[in-house]
Amino acid sequence: MEITPEQKDELRRHGILLTSLEELYNWGRSHSVWPLQFGLACCAIEMIATSMARFDIARFGSEVFRPSPRQADLLIVSGTVTKKMAPQVVRLWNQMPEPKYCIAMGACAISGGPFKQGYNVLKGIDRYIPVDVYIPGCPPRPEALLNGLITLQAKISGQSISGPDAPRHLGSADSCEYPVPEFGGHDLEPPKNPDLWQPPAPARAPKP
Amino acid sequence: MIEASTDALLPSPGSRVRPVRDPFHGDLLEVSMGPHHPSTHGVFRMVATLDGETIVRLKPVFGYLHRNHEKLGESTTYLASMPYTDRLDYLCSMTNNWAYALAVERLIGQPVPERAEYVRVILAELTRLLNHTCLAGFLLQDCGASGTPLMYAFREREKILDLFESLSGSRMMCNYQRFGGCRVDPGAHWLAAASRVTEGYGRFLDEFEALLTGNEIMMARTQGVGPLSAKLAVAAGVTGPMLRAAGVAYDIRKVDGYGIYPRFNFRVPLGEHGDTYDRYMLRILEMRESIPILRQALAEIPAGPIMDPKARLRGLRPKAGESYGRIEGPKGEIGFYLVSDGTPNPYRYRVRPPSLINLTILEDLCLGRTIADAVIILGSVDIVLGEVDR
Repeated sequence: MEITPEQKDELRRHGILLTSLEELYNWGRSHSVWPLQFGLACCAIEMIATSMARFDIARFGSEVFRPSPRQADLLIVSGTVTKKMAPQVVRLWNQMPEPKYCIAMGACAISGGPFKQGYNVLKGIDRYIPVDVYIPGCPPRPEALLNGLITLQAKISGQSISGPDAPRHLGSADSCEYPVPEFGGHDLEPPKNPDLWQPPAPARAPKP
Repeated sequence: MIEASTDALLPSPGSRVRPVRDPFHGDLLEVSMGPHHPSTHGVFRMVATLDGETIVRLKPVFGYLHRNHEKLGESTTYLASMPYTDRLDYLCSMTNNWAYALAVERLIGQPVPERAEYVRVILAELTRLLNHTCLAGFLLQDCGASGTPLMYAFREREKILDLFESLSGSRMMCNYQRFGGCRVDPGAHWLAAASRVTEGYGRFLDEFEALLTGNEIMMARTQGVGPLSAKLAVAAGVTGPMLRAAGVAYDIRKVDGYGIYPRFNFRVPLGEHGDTYDRYMLRILEMRESIPILRQALAEIPAGPIMDPKARLRGLRPKAGESYGRIEGPKGEIGFYLVSDGTPNPYRYRVRPPSLINLTILEDLCLGRTIADAVIILGSVDIVLGEVDR
């Protein structure tokens, strides 16, 4: 029999907590997201400011910045990813245990931002690792980072632990390793992970 | 453990590095710290060769944040480079703006109104307070005081950032100065708010110092660590608080007297030993000197235009020539060297980054110390990778 949210609320008022394993699991996961203590550029300063007293990321359960990727759930790519740094970022991502999430913080991490013209700047970290939440801004305000975190929490809460849309770590047994790019002749090799990112199709006016 | 290869580690004549295959001692250990390391202040990497726990060689590796700043500056117009200068040393965007504006103003012979000069001094000194406060917080974090001093520092930083935000619209990337003045007039309310922050800052410094300056752990941890001699500092081109902590009286505010700094009465603190403690202390003393400058500037600021009405920003085509504008930034001499060939964008755009040049002596300071000391020595050098790598 299906229990509606109204019936659940009614039971809760009588002191009976009714939940499913999935809800309990996601509730716990989404309110203890431990980010990796990892700053790249300007946005990292705002990330630090978010964890300080005024904005206090601890209100959302994410104040535990872990220096080791082995203990972290969330990679906040906070700043410009250069071509020299991109292999390191992907390697850190590979070292994080599943379930793991990624926030691209700031214009540079999303697309290269103001430095997109630069010969040494990666035009978006989503070419190599799957990004869950994008936060625009240069740099985004601490409130924007908190909003990004809340968006991520909502996303985690909505994940079902079985079925076709189960998260990666509960799905098939395939490896969660992502290929690490290397310096090639004149660019990173490969220039993108084709499973994750494809260049947008050129927009053409429909033929009359 | 990486087995150190013999040919790569042969000591150069006169160096303090001992031969690798020393039958008495064991092998050397090579430790790579960074680019992802919480205490390297960004994406900086140190390759330290250790003999037991002692550093016998330290190779800094940078370039992990090379964002082609100079190349972009050469391919855009003069005005369009201004927002990029914010992102050089992203803690001190206002002083970067000023140094760049000064270089362009010298190139085109652009005068600056009186009021704008005062606003620039106010903003530069607020930036100095902001930078030194953050540095002290990060340095203490590196010493092992996890979190608390940094929280105090960031609490004060937020007050200054509120001022910057209400003035320029952005917390960090202010993009506020222009060739021939500043973008918007601060107005009386802003000046009153700046006065309140200035007056409250001394109290914060008293509190901060009561907790830290005489703290025995702090003293044991930093005194005598990484002493920098005046001779080496001058030879390496070190500037700013690092140089003055080594005892060399060289402050561009006094030497050049750019802007209206000759009108201000302030002292230049000097260090005695040049060690990490002196470098920390010197920043505290500089903040104490910044407060009277701010007070005087806020009291004397005249009315008038904030921009020179004849100033031309768009379509700027300076005559062929070159100029160098430098100011005393919080980290040292921040300078911009511009070569114009008469086109709308500079032929050469070069930044003199204080962080990078102060970083060149890192190995000299760290030899013979432990890794834990190298971390606080790096913290006291005060680098920002956006400026080191550009």
